[in-house]
Amino acid sequence: MDAQELLHRESFIELGARSRARQLLDAGSFRELIDPFERMVSPWLARQGIVTQADDGVVVAKGTIDGQPAVVLAIEGRFQGGSMGEVSAAKIAGALELAAEDNRNRVPTRAVIVFETGGVRLQEANLGLAAIAEIHAAIVDLRRYQPVIGIAAGTVGCYGGMSIAAGLCSYLIVTRETRIGLNGPAVIEQEAGVAEFDSRDKPFIWGLTGGEQRHRTGLADVFVEDDVTQIRSEVLNCFRKGRPAACRSERVSGFLHRLAAFNPGEQATSEEVAGIYSKGFEA
Amino acid sequence: MEKIVFEFDAGMPAQGRSVAGVVGSGDLEVLMEPNTSERTVVNVTTSVDGFGKVWEAVLTRMLGQGDLPAVRIEINDFGATPGVVRMRIAQAFEELAETPGA
Repeated sequence: MDAQELLHRESFIELGARSRARQLLDAGSFRELIDPFERMVSPWLARQGIVTQADDGVVVAKGTIDGQPAVVLAIEGRFQGGSMGEVSAAKIAGALELAAEDNRNRVPTRAVIVFETGGVRLQEANLGLAAIAEIHAAIVDLRRYQPVIGIAAGTVGCYGGMSIAAGLCSYLIVTRETRIGLNGPAVIEQEAGVAEFDSRDKPFIWGLTGGEQRHRTGLADVFVEDDVTQIRSEVLNCFRKGRPAACRSERVSGFLHRLAAFNPGEQATSEEVAGIYSKGFEA
Repeated sequence: MEKIVFEFDAGMPAQGRSVAGVVGSGDLEVLMEPNTSERTVVNVTTSVDGFGKVWEAVLTRMLGQGDLPAVRIEINDFGATPGVVRMRIAQAFEELAETPGA
């Protein structure tokens, strides 16, 4: 790539959640629901001495994509690590449920989720987990009508229950900067020991859970540069392709078949995992 | 966590509203809306206790002249330095002129 191209590129990662949502929607179509001025904040954080954010870290934006009705759900990773509390997760679940309802009423509303999250907000515990389960159910419902597109751009990554949500999406778009995993590196190291997973070894972490590796191993569908224009055009591509023949969660037996080839007694390497998973997931 | 309220003289009520910043490390969220009277009210919630005098100094320097539009300001602070506070408030005033949110 030449220097001019790099200078003209607009970073997606550097944008906040609201700007990311605005960039994904057709120009001028952005309209925010439950905006910050409605002050639907977390009822639990202030009681624990933690400053709240007026949108609880989730932007729900209606508009159009490619001229079709769309809703973008963008998580703000800088507020509480993009964690899912009772309110923030309910905003996502509710919006997805309404999008599915639209489709049942012949309004073809489609959804994009911008993941930037460490998973459940620990201060809100079970309420956050319950709402994440509702997000999972809503994605599975909506993807029967329209593709649900997930974007994991970074740099927070996508962890915990929300990594399952990313896995349930019809298409998942990733950058090199992001990471996707059920447990974060520090948690794995704490539970399994440093010999199993060294949370300070960045090449190792990105080698197994980074966006590029997740794409190489078929766990993400589209690999993009950190570029607003490219990410938006890949979102359009995915919507134009329509629903995939089978989502990842509908190919469980294929995944189990590949997983059986892996020896858990030895430390996994990036190449080994890519070698096994790149054979595809046909049952 | 500490809550502090300030009031200043101001000009005519502002037009429109705006939001700037996030409640993230070293940053703050500023919500700005028109106020009815010729007064500006600032509600600060900050994660760092004991800096009331610094808040007063920073806000007085920005709003103490009484010539800016009358606004209600909500600040949700997560340990921003005075320089960041000034930039976010200035950004919120600047974006008032534009269509909010769009």
